[in-house]
Amino acid sequence: MTKSSKGQNIELDLDRVAANGLLSRRHLLSAALGGAGLAMARPVIGQEPGINLEIPAWSKTPGPGTSPYGNRSAHAQLERQSGFGNPLYPGGGASRSPLQHLQGTITPNSLHFERHHAGIPAIDPAGHKLVIHGLVHQPLVFDYEDLLKYQMVSKIYFLECSGNSGALLYGGNPDGTAQSLHGLVSCAEWTGIPLSALLEEAGLLPEARWIAAVGADAASMGRSIPLDKAMDDSLLALFQNGEPVRPEQGYPMRLFNPGWEGNTSVKWLTQIKVTRNPLQFRDETSKYTDTLPDRTSLQFTFPMDVKSLITSPSGQMRVTQGDIYRVTGIAWSGAGSIRRVEVSADGGQTWGDALIESQQLDKALVRFSIPWKWNGAPAVLQSRATDSAGNVQPTRDAVIAAKGTINRYHNPCIQSWGVNTAGEVTNVYV
Amino acid sequence: MYTFRRMLKASTLAAFSAAVLVSTAQEQVKLGQAITEVSLAKFDLIAEPSGTGFPAGSGTAQQGRTIFENRCAACHGSKGEGNSDATVLVGGNMQSAATPLRTVGSYWPYASTVFDFIRRAMPANAPKSLTDEETYQVAAYVLYLNGLVAEDEIMNAQTLPQVRMPNAEGFIDQSHIQ
Ligand code: HEC
Repeated sequence: MTKSSKGQNIELDLDRVAANGLLSRRHLLSAALGGAGLAMARPVIGQEPGINLEIPAWSKTPGPGTSPYGNRSAHAQLERQSGFGNPLYPGGGASRSPLQHLQGTITPNSLHFERHHAGIPAIDPAGHKLVIHGLVHQPLVFDYEDLLKYQMVSKIYFLECSGNSGALLYGGNPDGTAQSLHGLVSCAEWTGIPLSALLEEAGLLPEARWIAAVGADAASMGRSIPLDKAMDDSLLALFQNGEPVRPEQGYPMRLFNPGWEGNTSVKWLTQIKVTRNPLQFRDETSKYTDTLPDRTSLQFTFPMDVKSLITSPSGQMRVTQGDIYRVTGIAWSGAGSIRRVEVSADGGQTWGDALIESQQLDKALVRFSIPWKWNGAPAVLQSRATDSAGNVQPTRDAVIAAKGTINRYHNPCIQSWGVNTAGEVTNVYV
Repeated sequence: MYTFRRMLKASTLAAFSAAVLVSTAQEQVKLGQAITEVSLAKFDLIAEPSGTGFPAGSGTAQQGRTIFENRCAACHGSKGEGNSDATVLVGGNMQSAATPLRTVGSYWPYASTVFDFIRRAMPANAPKSLTDEETYQVAAYVLYLNGLVAEDEIMNAQTLPQVRMPNAEGFIDQSHIQ
């Protein structure tokens, strides 16, 4: 399935685009591609063993019929990975998307990353209210059933926790995988009501500058959002990939702030207070603030930076000498769309342009790939994204030089996957 | 900016229930029901740095000690020393040579947040189970453990938001970058 068709004539030497085995994209374009490698990075073009095809058993037995709710194959059981649970505080924590096993750009709803501050509330939508009050002409309350009657928009957006990839700032985690190091990013189609429509219905007073958004979870988690954003592209999201937003994503409704740190997209949204000033909630003072080496701290650091990541080959995978791999990954930016992704196999000394395989939407994941032949020598695989605003993804050294290592938020640095002579792929610092 | 009003077509938006018809190209449905701020007295938990939103009542650290020991110490230690990075409430110095421990005392810019957060989210195993009076008392105790108020200082809607926090000047607002 992942082999190229027989008889393909590949002139490897003529098609090198960067050092250490990066090849022209047409090696992928002409290869018949299949599923993602699960335990190992699978070669695209390798040795061609003798294959004698026969009709398989499942083609001789009728299978089960339809079902009310679809299930995944017993052979493709992808899972989120949970972290930092506190036994005294079971609802708090996060789970990460299995990035190294996903393809394309859309994260299935059951694999979208989670971050909860007091667990998932069991909300009956019939009893859920959305209140808009504060600096408005008319305070309003909305019922779920009524909100379903509004004109909606559907947009594909990434969502990334600002703590994603934070571990890279302090080093360590040699056993890290794409999931454990970077799995706090996901991408979905979000359908909902532009928040501007609801704020205009309540009528903004001239002195309004911010909104406070509060969730209906047990932490009543709150964040302050500048009114400019709320009136620009913020959504009251009711649907995710076509179905009602899942409980762990904020059912029955969440705020969605495209391109911004995930925590601002308050889940289980129940209160919007329009204000003159930010409210200084715990999660925008004690947390989600970025302390610099001089001990001042950046507050309200909203947009997520331009970033990319090779998802295969990646940590804990293995490659075989002489095989050609489809190096693939994802890229995104809170400042616009992705214009370019480059890949290096020699730790950033030489770069080749990757193929962007997907649509290049604003504030959404893109999928990229480039063929690479592993020649058996040590290699360091990296990717580097450039966005439509001209921002270029920085190295880890550059991020640390700019913001130090006290801070754990907003780390967009280039990920380095080292390949040793045994073909083992690990998280390395170069 | 979304310009969807202009794009609006007369169409049904069938979701779960039969939808209201959007009748003309200019009209948006408006289904918010009018309420008054007064009706939010038990719903709105926002306590602002300006003092807006603080409820009636008051308390001292002295009164808060027992509540803290009974309701908070299991997770935060009897002196607020915590049992993990996430649960330390006391100590730290932003100017320390090593990575500074960031707590209510060393890091938080506003005292109002102490009241606001405890009222909405703590104790973590039974949020919103304290009365407003108890919240003032235990917030006073957390401030007292950090040396920010005296044991018998009365914390209420006027005094609590005025408590000076050591790191109040330590933050740089980046909200203009959107
Ligand atoms: C069951 C355990 C538990 C109990 C009981 C508890 N807390 Fe907490 N508390 C936590 C955890 C865990 C956090 C960190 C939550 C997070 O970061 O999302 C926390 C956070 C806090 C914070 C914010 C700390 C910071 O620096 O951001 C304060 C203040 C606080 N608690 C006060 C209290 C008070 C006062 C009580 C008693 C009324 C209390 N807590 C009871 C577990 C508990």
